[in-house]
Amino acid sequence: MEIFVQQLINGLTLGSIYGLIAIGYTMVFGIIGMVNFAHGDVFMLSAFISLIFFLLLTTWLGISSVALALLIVLVVAMALTSLWGWAIERIAYRPLRGSFRLAPLISAIGVSIFLSNFVQVAQGARNKPTPPMVQDVIVLFQGESGYNVALSYKQIIIMVVTAVLLTIFWYLVQKTSLGRAQRACEQDRKMAALLGINVDRTISLTFVIGAALASVAGTMYLLYYGVVSFNDGFVPGVKAFTAAVLGGIGSLPGAVLGGLIIGLIEVFWSAYFSIEYKDVAAFSILAIVLIFMPSGILGRPEVEKV
Amino acid sequence: MNAPSITSTAQTPAVTRRFDLRAALKDSFRSALIMLGLSIPILAFRTDQSGGDIFLTPRWGLVAIICAIVFGLRLLLHAFTASKAYRKATPSSHQATEPVHAEPSAYQHVSKFAIPFFLGVALAFPLLVYLIQGGLNESRYWVDLGILILTYVMLGWGLNIVVGLAGLLDLGYVAFYAVGAYSYALLSTTFGLSFWICLPLAGILAAFWGMILGFPVLRLRGDYLAIVTLAFGEIVRLVLINWVDLTNGGAGISSIPRASFFGLPFTAGEGGFAATFGLEFNGMHRIIFLYYLILVLALLTNFVTMRLRRLPIGRAWEALREDEIACRSLGINTTNTKLTAFAIGAMFGGFAGSFFAVRQGFVSPESFNFLESAIILAIVVLGGMGSQIGVAIAAIVLVGGPEILRNLTFLQAIFGTGFDPNEYRLLLFGAGMVAMMVWRPRGLISEREPSVILKERKAISGSLVKEGHG
Repeated sequence: MEIFVQQLINGLTLGSIYGLIAIGYTMVFGIIGMVNFAHGDVFMLSAFISLIFFLLLTTWLGISSVALALLIVLVVAMALTSLWGWAIERIAYRPLRGSFRLAPLISAIGVSIFLSNFVQVAQGARNKPTPPMVQDVIVLFQGESGYNVALSYKQIIIMVVTAVLLTIFWYLVQKTSLGRAQRACEQDRKMAALLGINVDRTISLTFVIGAALASVAGTMYLLYYGVVSFNDGFVPGVKAFTAAVLGGIGSLPGAVLGGLIIGLIEVFWSAYFSIEYKDVAAFSILAIVLIFMPSGILGRPEVEKV
Repeated sequence: MNAPSITSTAQTPAVTRRFDLRAALKDSFRSALIMLGLSIPILAFRTDQSGGDIFLTPRWGLVAIICAIVFGLRLLLHAFTASKAYRKATPSSHQATEPVHAEPSAYQHVSKFAIPFFLGVALAFPLLVYLIQGGLNESRYWVDLGILILTYVMLGWGLNIVVGLAGLLDLGYVAFYAVGAYSYALLSTTFGLSFWICLPLAGILAAFWGMILGFPVLRLRGDYLAIVTLAFGEIVRLVLINWVDLTNGGAGISSIPRASFFGLPFTAGEGGFAATFGLEFNGMHRIIFLYYLILVLALLTNFVTMRLRRLPIGRAWEALREDEIACRSLGINTTNTKLTAFAIGAMFGGFAGSFFAVRQGFVSPESFNFLESAIILAIVVLGGMGSQIGVAIAAIVLVGGPEILRNLTFLQAIFGTGFDPNEYRLLLFGAGMVAMMVWRPRGLISEREPSVILKERKAISGSLVKEGHG
């Protein structure tokens, strides 16, 4: 029982991170119908940006308050990663609009390889550990066998930040004119353009929002695991994509729901079955979901137009 | 002043009138600023470790150089597009009188000379290298490189059946390569079967796995298909790592038996290859034999593909690539068509895999990661999907190119001694993939003409119309 509760907490934390990444996949797929394969690497890049800024703030500028440093890191990383998201869309995806159907995916694979190797060349191939940021834990209750169920401050921060940012972005997409433009482009890009919506700008903004949320995920990942390496983008990226598909691609609440489910499955699988096969489980879920329920839990079934 | 310089001075004002220097400078400056933003902090600070400590080393000089390069390139691009626009704006004197006609495709141009040329070079390659390097042992590096390139040519041709002909984007092709390699490794080490028995078995097993993995994905198309095949490729790799009882896990299988020359082993003693043919023993005999083995295998792949394209099944593949819905409404069995494409593509992957195992004498799961799939896919895409000769050229460029990069030692003189050009191989590779999609999404030699035509080649070929949503 204690193990179960502890794993539930861990799973929800991991799931929040996956959910944040999954939103980037789901929004981009919703609006231009492409799998942004490089999104996982954008997430990895943002973790590196966070790491460097955290070191910069704590060692060079001498900010001793971890909370303040984290807040600054979060904001700066969001801004810089958004710039990356924007630049990638502008260079690698926008010229391909109207090209043949496999072109954006192949280009995205190219960007993914480029980004991970760029980080490797720029920062070296070794794992980069961070100095411990937040270490305190709250013991929720003590089990009979002496096993403590603990909720760490890290986990609280991750879940709260995720919830707050999701609310903000949900508001942005549901209630503002940007969100309306986005949903219009999703339904019919040509018609939206005829009605005076700047389609290119809307798509760019979608990438920017996706990258910003991925950067939050990157900072949280760094906070949670305390270590990052240049090839950490691929597997979390695939898992987040699985989450997006599982929740129903194109649906924002679906992405978060899918993220939480994938996080829980991964954690429980590792705890009760075998830790070696946890990635196999994730990839299998991806294949099974795509094959048997491609519209996901909250997604609309795809209507094929000829 | 002589005549040419007068014409050039006469043209320059016209160009500069179109080339707005101020706007170009402004735009280039903006690009450089964006580059600056992108390089903070990932380029500007390097994280270095000493023991458990991690600290930052600033490198603003590097950032300044890169921003300057971006500025210069952007300015050049502006100048280039302006002069191109100028040339387009001035009508050529004979433009209007030229009749519009269907030009022979780039493929037809290239294939006429390139195929005999490449074939000749490939056949004579060990001999040429022997003569140039002046000795068997000296030519080892080049023959090894030839083997590596030909392996990728073969893999590219195998994947070309799935991606180029049938239009099914397969990101997990390396799984079949792995199946082939492990089939040979396991069959030979546990049952002691020889390479010549294992080779067809590996092909059959890989084709079988192609069918198994092909079945579930029959309903999927486009991006989803690509992602599921990627998942399958990763699952195969992870199972190879974790199923330690069978595959020895991440440590891999070593001391795989070598191939024999139709029963004659490449050993020094009595009954070996060298002794039977009255030659002096040399380890290079085996390497050259492997070279010709992979050449024959690759040519076999090519031959079978070219023949299949003329059969109904090959035509069905091409139809499937162009439009799946039209295909189905014309009564083509898309299930069989897709499965045969997967199976035959996988079979050649399996052949290449067992060749890989016999050449290396060692297999481990790390040789079969996603990057390998991406490289093979890049070869197919760069070469032009569906074009056999294009794939061969792309394999030479993508596999041979990095070797040139490795030998560019003069770059160290410019960038300092710590500079290792090989580090930048995959970086350039990724950037090249993007650039290829932006400039020539159809590849170096794009060929979408039907393999079989009724009576005459029509002026409007497949390459002029957009692909359907197949």
